[in-house]
Amino acid sequence: MTVDDTIIEVSDATVAFEMERGAARVLDDVDATVNRKEILGLVGESGSGKSMLASSMLDAVEDPGQLTGEVTYYPDDGEPISILDLPAEELRQLRWEEIAMVFQGALDSFNPTQNIRQHFQETLSAHNANREEGMERARELLSELYLDPDQVLGSYPHELSGGMKQRALIALALLLDPDVLVMDEPTGALDLLMQRSILSLIKKLQREYELTIVFISHNLPLVANLADRIGVMYAFDLVEVGRAEDVIESPRHPYTRALLRAVPNLDMSFDEMQPIEGDAPDPVNVPPGCAYAARCPLADAECRAEKPPYEELSDTHRAKCIHTDEAPDAVPLAVNSMEAQSGNTGVTTGEEP
Amino acid sequence: MTDEPVIELDDTEVHFENRSGLLDLFGDTERVQAVDGVSLEIPENDVVAVIGESGCGKTTLGKTAIGLQRPTGGSVKFRGQDIWEARDKRRKADIPYDEIRRSLQIIHQDPGSSLNPNQTVLASLLQPLKRWEPDMTREEMEARVLGMLEEVGMKPPEDYAYRYPHQLSGGEQQRTALVRSLLMEPDLILADEAVSALDVSLRVEMMDLMLELQDQFDTSFLYISHDLSNARYFAGQADGRIAIMYLGEIVEIGPVEEVLENPQHPYTKVLKWATPDMEVKHGKVDSPPVRQIDIPTPTDPPSGCRFHTRCPKAREECTTESPDPIGNGDRKTACFRVDPEHTYWESEPLEGTDQEGEIL
Repeated sequence: MTVDDTIIEVSDATVAFEMERGAARVLDDVDATVNRKEILGLVGESGSGKSMLASSMLDAVEDPGQLTGEVTYYPDDGEPISILDLPAEELRQLRWEEIAMVFQGALDSFNPTQNIRQHFQETLSAHNANREEGMERARELLSELYLDPDQVLGSYPHELSGGMKQRALIALALLLDPDVLVMDEPTGALDLLMQRSILSLIKKLQREYELTIVFISHNLPLVANLADRIGVMYAFDLVEVGRAEDVIESPRHPYTRALLRAVPNLDMSFDEMQPIEGDAPDPVNVPPGCAYAARCPLADAECRAEKPPYEELSDTHRAKCIHTDEAPDAVPLAVNSMEAQSGNTGVTTGEEP
Repeated sequence: MTDEPVIELDDTEVHFENRSGLLDLFGDTERVQAVDGVSLEIPENDVVAVIGESGCGKTTLGKTAIGLQRPTGGSVKFRGQDIWEARDKRRKADIPYDEIRRSLQIIHQDPGSSLNPNQTVLASLLQPLKRWEPDMTREEMEARVLGMLEEVGMKPPEDYAYRYPHQLSGGEQQRTALVRSLLMEPDLILADEAVSALDVSLRVEMMDLMLELQDQFDTSFLYISHDLSNARYFAGQADGRIAIMYLGEIVEIGPVEEVLENPQHPYTKVLKWATPDMEVKHGKVDSPPVRQIDIPTPTDPPSGCRFHTRCPKAREECTTESPDPIGNGDRKTACFRVDPEHTYWESEPLEGTDQEGEIL
């Protein structure tokens, strides 16, 4: 079970960079918390800012992006750490030892001229860790990921399949026993069978090593299966956050609801599928009010004039929309969805027992 | 038009010689068995979705079906005419090779890289017309291109015609690629992971568009993907079939809902497990229902049934004998378990399989 205390807190995080056409804000004043030992899923379409939010948690936003705001890490013991104020060397230590990251496109992050063993050894010496113990842990992690340690450690990256490389990379990220693992689209390039297999392994590792996991993906069904809590990103902001059941079964932001109707799954009847009309806003030219207004059936003058604040729907569930009460009727979910089955249209706020 | 299927694959086989490069001077050349003994008919106005993991040979099968890859065994016929005979014999063929080429089109996974970055949309789209419709005037060609752009929802078409590919969104690029193949009035379009690169909110829209055009132009689609939900959406609406491929072979084929609601091959069941539903599970995902999560290399496929090394239902029989596809009509499955009389049931379950309570 997740313990409800915060391990990472992000406030007012903004990432901006200069483009020829003007200043682009690719993360816009985002507040987010990650609870200790939970799996937080961040979903959004490409360009929604989900990777930026993940990188912000480690102050790993790449140039020319400029990150402002605050990111606080609360270690198991010891004082809170302000990540954006850390000197470079301390940040480097923290990144592997406390918060580890598996980046998008990770399949290319191995050095092609080194075998997998050298990658593990280098990481250990860069952090002055005991090599023998470290390699013992590496073997243990690799076996848990259904890999043959001897075979994999002796291989060069090109000798491994995509799914094997990805698992080796997860083992590498966990080598120094971090508390938090941030995974940005870690399975996107893989087949569904491998994705799903890796998810069940991630869950196993999370339980065993008491990890906190932030899992970023565009694949809503995958995140629904995995996460304890889900945050939905749209146009550079977190528009709805809640427990997985809040967000998947009684979503209250019109965008979340539209997204649920746009993703095919094996049970849904065909005529319930509905694409989302229109395009996401340009980061150089974000409209003044709610960024979703142009595509939203509920949008009115107020939505277009002002950015909506969070509506607190329960202790665990919030959405940035002033029409959360009308959203269930305006954007109905499929008839066989949990919401329809339980007769819960979501208009009564508060949690289900 | 004849009653012959648009495409007929008969015991088609594609094996590649694979040399591993300079470092492998003394190694033997490996033979990759990309496609092995596949028979498949695609009639007019039909949709077939081929599903499988990467490396299962589905892309090679697709390319072979539209005449882009020469098979090393068996045959590929377009309306009864062997495609490679037509190519080799040129004018002596019943259906000229040029006509075959034009009738079989492809849309790729990455729409950006399939369009020439230095050409406007209009220039890209005029090219095939110039080649195949030499009698059309420039004005007629432009009118045709603009009409098609409008047809796929790129309105007003004049706005899009003079843009370069990088000025289009991913969805617009994919529509442009679709227009380019439709301009040929093809009989069959190979759509290889055609929506996988698009954003989730655009995939349904793109599939709807392809279905609409399929209906309107009587085009058949060979749709290739690793994603069962999208395949179900696409092929299911067209009352099409789904074919499950594993290591070069079609292991199960049939009408979409029949295969998905009542999968017969253990591998089809595994793929269903791998397809996430919208259920909230807090990560309570069961262990993968396969004995090995990595796919064996196609250079050295397992003996007997190729799935036996991973299959949760494998028995001794499966390690030596390769099951033939059996079934009636549209529905066929290559697994001993479909036949209740098979000697499989008397043979010993393999270690690590889960067959509790099943007749022995």
